Amino acid sequence: MNKPATPNSFRTGPDEQGMFGIFGGRFVAETLMPLILDLERHWNEVKNDPDFRAELTDLSTHYAGRPSKLYFAEGLTKHLGGAKVYFKREDLNHTGSHKINNCLGQILLAKRMGKKRIIAETGAGQHGVASATVAARFGYPCVVYMGATDVARQSPNVFRMKLLGAEVRPVTAGHGTLKDAMNEALRDWVTNVEDTYYLIGTAAGPHPYPELVRDFQSVIGTEARAQILEQEGRLPDTIIAAVGGGSNAIGLFHPFLDDKDVRIIGIEAGGRGLDGIEHCASMNAGSPGVLHGNRTYLLQNADGQIMDGHSISAGLDYPGVGPEHSWLRDTGRVEYVPILDDEALEAFKLTTRVEGIIPALESAHAIAHAVKIVPAMDKDQIVIVNLSGRGDKDVHTVASMLGMEI
Amino acid sequence: MTTRIDRRMAKLKTEGRPALVTYFMGGDPDYDTSLSIMKALPGAGSDIIELGMPFSDPMADGPAIQAAGLRALKGGQTLVKTLKMASEFRAGDNETPIVLMGYYNPIYIYGVERFLKDALASGIDGLIVVDLPPEMDEELCIPALKAGINFIRLATPTTDDKRLPKVLQNTSGFVYYVSMTGITGSALADTGKVAAAVNRIKGHTDLPVCVGFGVKTAEQARVIGANADGVVVGTAIVNAVANVLGPKGEKTADPAEAVATLVSGLAQGVRSARLAAAE
Repeated sequence: MNKPATPNSFRTGPDEQGMFGIFGGRFVAETLMPLILDLERHWNEVKNDPDFRAELTDLSTHYAGRPSKLYFAEGLTKHLGGAKVYFKREDLNHTGSHKINNCLGQILLAKRMGKKRIIAETGAGQHGVASATVAARFGYPCVVYMGATDVARQSPNVFRMKLLGAEVRPVTAGHGTLKDAMNEALRDWVTNVEDTYYLIGTAAGPHPYPELVRDFQSVIGTEARAQILEQEGRLPDTIIAAVGGGSNAIGLFHPFLDDKDVRIIGIEAGGRGLDGIEHCASMNAGSPGVLHGNRTYLLQNADGQIMDGHSISAGLDYPGVGPEHSWLRDTGRVEYVPILDDEALEAFKLTTRVEGIIPALESAHAIAHAVKIVPAMDKDQIVIVNLSGRGDKDVHTVASMLGMEI
Repeated sequence: MTTRIDRRMAKLKTEGRPALVTYFMGGDPDYDTSLSIMKALPGAGSDIIELGMPFSDPMADGPAIQAAGLRALKGGQTLVKTLKMASEFRAGDNETPIVLMGYYNPIYIYGVERFLKDALASGIDGLIVVDLPPEMDEELCIPALKAGINFIRLATPTTDDKRLPKVLQNTSGFVYYVSMTGITGSALADTGKVAAAVNRIKGHTDLPVCVGFGVKTAEQARVIGANADGVVVGTAIVNAVANVLGPKGEKTADPAEAVATLVSGLAQGVRSARLAAAE
């Protein structure tokens, strides 16, 4: 594939058709098209509306606990013996991950649109929990679609969602993971178009979702950029985040995209290795295709059938990726590299031991790459890793990987 | 330029009855059985055939068509084989229109130009691609029209009068009115509302309007057909196949015969539709 021309700015997309180069778009059934156009109209109204912004900022501050800290990970830095490592502490947000940023923004949008019911899909359950949380806070009924496999491996989050009053509907189609949950959420939406707001959890799906999720998550990078300037007096050399659908990553990356000297690295789930089919590295081992309303890199066979991926991390277990990442890959602005299950697990254990922080397995993928590159960097260099969520939800998975019963 | 669809619709208009449009899933449960089903359709009274292209992630389909697609994929069906199936059918029937129906990704991966060339060579007359709304017309719709293949668009209850012209703009062959919001195979919508919607669409276009989603019986086909130019039946046919498959997918009766029996009944329904309307 030809590399797209380098744009003057990497921060202007998408275009009016919702495209980032050849990626993105609105590949949905006609039933949904009027809703998507309506969503876009409301989104365009609110995105620069000071009242909307003020309400969101107030909730982010007093409800979610923003700004999240930029923490100098001294223990990990000493252990690795290279560049200074900072963690952007999204794990400290209310509900324990970055997902709340997007959910607060979208629930306010749903309120403005006069919707009566919230649906969401979830993989690890982090987005499901965040959706159930904002639905409880704003008094909406909420249905969360979750793959049956994920229901089994993320049982603490399933219980949390139920406590919050959401109905969790297990999806048995396919491998019972995020892809199948998203199909089922779309089927619900196409059936209940009048009153239902689909709260997509990642920066993917039909336009304007990739844009609006990115904008709600960009608070991560905007804060991190200001914080590092204040704490170190300069920009970082490298920033790293894990990419499933890619919402925490695009949130960290977007404010840095035009800082040419900042190296940006997205981490895909390498699973058990890219040679076989047990991974979710769509940008390293997939090809462009159309799924879930957008064109993007996908894991698929020669007939255009979508493959089920694999990752130790339910949050990265998705055979596609947000369209803006696909574009950033092809333009070369962001590097995307895979991290294996085992490497993520080691980083999970290391961070717990040397920092006293249990990271989500998703975030552990990003830390694992820092572990690889930091020792070779100079001591005065700076790396920011997005600690997108806390790992309490993953202790059962990790215990079983380590052959322990809890 | 006219296509087989245009000619078939014109002929039915002179006969004064609506078309029976039958959907089945290509390759379900296997290639040979599926081809035998396709060959049985015209004789049983189908006027237009919708040949389903299986996709791993059919986001607008209900459980029956999802399951049929998975059976077909498991049986080794691919887009290459679906096109081959059409051309084998075409060798024995040069009149019955064939419309390919499915999702965009397998076509995109096949390559749009190559696909249109091979589809024409296989005797395909029209396309219904669920996830290509008019906003994405440059992808496949415009190239298909240039190649001489009808691009049949879905209009839905959410398509209001303001949007309808955009939906109809590049539509050809016929308009497929989806009689309700929701996935395939759900309950039939209020027939009075359907008739009103068909009339609303006819106020915007001279194209025939076929109605689908939820039609399962001859009686429903008769009632819907009283106002529409065609009645689309899909899930009921797919279920007729599923009903003669055992727990391990083994055939307990001849699927082609089961489908033919169902379609014959539906055909009687559409043939009595205008009599019903005249009553």
